[in-house]
Amino acid sequence: MESCPSVKNILLLDSEGNRVAVKYYSDDWPTNSSKEAFEKSVFTKTQKTNARTEAEIAMFENNIVIYKFAQDLHFFVTGGDDENELIISTVLQGFFDAVNLLLRGNVDKKEALENLDLILLCLDEIVDGGIILETDSNVIAGKVASHSVDSGAPLSEQTISQALATAREHLTRSLLNV
Amino acid sequence: MAQFVKKDDDRDEEAEYSPFLGIEKGAVLQDARVFNDPQLDSRRCSQVITKLLYLLNQGETFTKVEATEVFFAVTKLFQSKDIGLRRMVYLIIKELSPSSDEVIIVTSSLMKDMNSKTDVYRANAIRVLCRITDGTLLTQIERYLKQAIVDKNPVVASAALVSGIHLLQTNPEIVKRWSNEVQEAVQSRAALVQFHALALLHQIRQNDRLAVSKLVTSLTRGTVRSPLAQCLLIRYASQVIRESSMNNQSGDRPFYDYLEGCLRHKAEMVIFEAARAITELNGVTSRELTPAITVLQLFLSSSKPVLRFAAVRTLNKVAMTHPMAVTNCNIDMESLISDQNRSIATLAITSLLKTGNESGVDRLMKQITNFMSDIADEFKIVVVDAIRSLCLKFPLKYRSLMNFLSNILREEGGFEYKKAIVDSIVILIRDIPDAKESGLLHLCEFIEDCEFTYLSTQILHFLGVEGPKTSDPSKYIRYIYNRVILENATVRASAVSTLAKFGAMVDSLKPRIFILLRRCLYDNDDEVRDRATLYLNTLGGDGSVVETEKDVKDFLFGSLDIPLVNLETSLKNYEPTEEHFDISSVPKEVKSQPLAEKKSAGKKPTALGAPPAAPTSTVDAYEKLLSSIPEFSTFGQLFKSSAPVELTEAETEYAVNVVKHIFDKHVVFQYNCTNTIPEQLLENVVVVVDASEAEEFAEVATKPLKALPYDTPGQTFVAFEKPEGVPAVGRFSNVLKFIVKEVDPSTGEAEEDGVEDEYQLEDSEIVAADYMLKVGVSNFRNAWESLGPDFERIDEYGLGPRESLSEAVNAVVNLLGMQPCEGTEVVAANSRSHSCLLSGVYIGNVKVLVRLSFGVDSSKEVAMKLAVRSEDESVSDAIHEIVAN
Repeated sequence: MESCPSVKNILLLDSEGNRVAVKYYSDDWPTNSSKEAFEKSVFTKTQKTNARTEAEIAMFENNIVIYKFAQDLHFFVTGGDDENELIISTVLQGFFDAVNLLLRGNVDKKEALENLDLILLCLDEIVDGGIILETDSNVIAGKVASHSVDSGAPLSEQTISQALATAREHLTRSLLNV
Repeated sequence: MAQFVKKDDDRDEEAEYSPFLGIEKGAVLQDARVFNDPQLDSRRCSQVITKLLYLLNQGETFTKVEATEVFFAVTKLFQSKDIGLRRMVYLIIKELSPSSDEVIIVTSSLMKDMNSKTDVYRANAIRVLCRITDGTLLTQIERYLKQAIVDKNPVVASAALVSGIHLLQTNPEIVKRWSNEVQEAVQSRAALVQFHALALLHQIRQNDRLAVSKLVTSLTRGTVRSPLAQCLLIRYASQVIRESSMNNQSGDRPFYDYLEGCLRHKAEMVIFEAARAITELNGVTSRELTPAITVLQLFLSSSKPVLRFAAVRTLNKVAMTHPMAVTNCNIDMESLISDQNRSIATLAITSLLKTGNESGVDRLMKQITNFMSDIADEFKIVVVDAIRSLCLKFPLKYRSLMNFLSNILREEGGFEYKKAIVDSIVILIRDIPDAKESGLLHLCEFIEDCEFTYLSTQILHFLGVEGPKTSDPSKYIRYIYNRVILENATVRASAVSTLAKFGAMVDSLKPRIFILLRRCLYDNDDEVRDRATLYLNTLGGDGSVVETEKDVKDFLFGSLDIPLVNLETSLKNYEPTEEHFDISSVPKEVKSQPLAEKKSAGKKPTALGAPPAAPTSTVDAYEKLLSSIPEFSTFGQLFKSSAPVELTEAETEYAVNVVKHIFDKHVVFQYNCTNTIPEQLLENVVVVVDASEAEEFAEVATKPLKALPYDTPGQTFVAFEKPEGVPAVGRFSNVLKFIVKEVDPSTGEAEEDGVEDEYQLEDSEIVAADYMLKVGVSNFRNAWESLGPDFERIDEYGLGPRESLSEAVNAVVNLLGMQPCEGTEVVAANSRSHSCLLSGVYIGNVKVLVRLSFGVDSSKEVAMKLAVRSEDESVSDAIHEIVAN
């Protein structure tokens, strides 16, 4: 263990195991079908567990997977089996909380897909090529939100987007006060 | 019917509502044309990029043409000043991973962004550019990257450092030039910049032990700002500890205080990293362990599953080596047995199995049985391993443990899991005599319904070894013959061999076995028929109840003491002639394996005992070389060639090493010489050997080397006669003599006249180990038993104070020059005693087996018991003499 802590993948799946957004950083799953097989096995094995209040942990194919659920969204972060579990857990928590901030507490699949750009930017700010960039959810959400302030709404209707824009301003203000 | 359809529709709409509903690649690619609009609608462009990213994320792939088109369109978007859109552009460029000729298009835009006043642009442009760049481009932007590393904006600095970590894999020579900037960034006040800088600096310096050690020393005294950086530092500190402990056994462990201090850090991540590092220290003492175990124990009762898991997994590992240290946690472990998280429960139970006492076994077994079906195969293997060691610890409990193993063997499971169970049963059968009969029957039942050919054949082989020695061998025949009827050719062939073993070992069964074997003569597979024919003929085909001759048994079932690779090379070299292939001509020497191979082989010790594969040997080459020299052609069969021994220091004028070739009546020294001076040509090179300290040797021949030009190695030989078959030892002093001629370096021509000169070499030695061939045996126990106690010699020796147990083991192994078997040359860290199994062939083709038992006391005083078995009394004594001297 002399290496830098690393993340093998971050998965955001829905309540049926379908992808909302996923990002792989390791060559362990070279093809799309091997990725899907991994997601399926992780999803089915963890489906029945209660990971809503505290993050849960499981091992798959010599990997540690730490996960947490919110409504119909399942968040997973995978690391190698000799990785420090608590580091991986911190990454998951950072991702989970940042998404919560960015979706203003409406953490569900519909909201996540409507703001997929935010989710993707969020993933991009947390881990770069397997190396942890940032784990503080406020900082992550701050970076993502600030980028989108003047970009208008993503995919939803204009009227909603205006409402969101004010909400975002509110959010960034609150972040600045932190 | 209509109702149903409607219902389905409703539900679909409800559940599947998504902004991406009905999205199609073709349509999105069409949409991407908006990127080319003269008046960019940045909101719409962002939407289209999001859709493209969504498609990629769902596993959709773009053809080369499509990807190129999208990429070119995207590059137009750099005109827009919209920050949000620019971020999406960065994202999609990374996802499209353009080819190098495409990269050029965006390079200038990205370089402009890298020098922008907007921090967001700088940070992201660096990450994108470094992701898609190649070596040539990197040199152009290197200057900016160095600046970025020390940028006052932490996001920019981190982006540059993380990119550096990635680039170090592909362009190490460039990234290594940044170490001054990286060093500066390590002192950064921004927490994560320090973390990234530390990671990069360590990777740049990882091969320089001293630098790593200095880095760790300075940082453990300084300020570390983030838990992540602290974790890194703990890892690097334990690396320094690991590497320094090799040189320095005495005194306090460096940095232990630092690790212990981290146990009081406020971040759980750091506490855990430190605790884990302490438990993994080489030869950790129980005093060092205690504080780490205490914090892990606290984690066991945490409300967070991740913490409980991390703690119990680490304690579980500690329990393997230091069960006593973990017993304090047993009460907490007990409460984890009912943990919601099955992984935690499994780890808790297996730790308890390792630390618990005999009385608790039955209760724990009951609990395990309850949830065995709920857990993943990996954990089942953990449980199986724990059960096996438990059974070896408490042999009296074998009945319930064996039952448990046989039950889980019947249930569903993958190959690795089943193999672990079978291996465990095999080990129990070997080590607990009472468990043999029931264990064998469990295995028999398993192969009745086993889908893994590998396991079936292994079990059949094992049955053939152990089955005939049981009280009622006949009861296994049914299971074995069923294989011949029901299974694939590989299993059938091995079933035939097993049957034959029963026939050979159990005389009363012979007639019945012969009937079964004859039926196999009509099998539709060649191998099965061949085996049946071979066995029927060699065992005496009339099927009468007679005792099988010993040499037939040896031929059929004795272990093949020739490395398979050597046999393969010899067979490849054999040309079909009148003369039959002679197996005794195959060299028996096992050449040491390259390190990488050893590692992979050592990873998974096979309980069923496969002989380690040996790579091709250089013996053939030596043999050819020597037989081509007329003076030596009468010496007969080469017994052994040693590894080259250097007789000069490195970097001297002339480099000489010697290879010792041992024959029955002769010894030949082969001196490999290299002339490292370009201005010299050596002629008439000989080595003058003074054998006055080697009384039994007499010089018989010398073969000088005519010329030794610069940098072209050549050989000269000296041969000695020695008493036949006697392992004579002695010391030889060597002087290199030659005529040296000056060479004009410009023309390469040597002068006519030379000067006689000599050069003192180091002494060479013939030692007892030179008469020993390293020849492994596949199953030491069987080989040991088959040699019998007739010529067994046992004695005890005190080896005096030694640096470590493993050093003592290595010293004895090297002294005897024998092949360690079954991985027993490896001494478990921290153990107080060790047994080592060695095998070899002594000069005169005498097979020798050695059992060494070592013990060490607190003052590092090592005692050794040496048991030798061989085919010759005098050889057994000779081995003892080697050690006694």
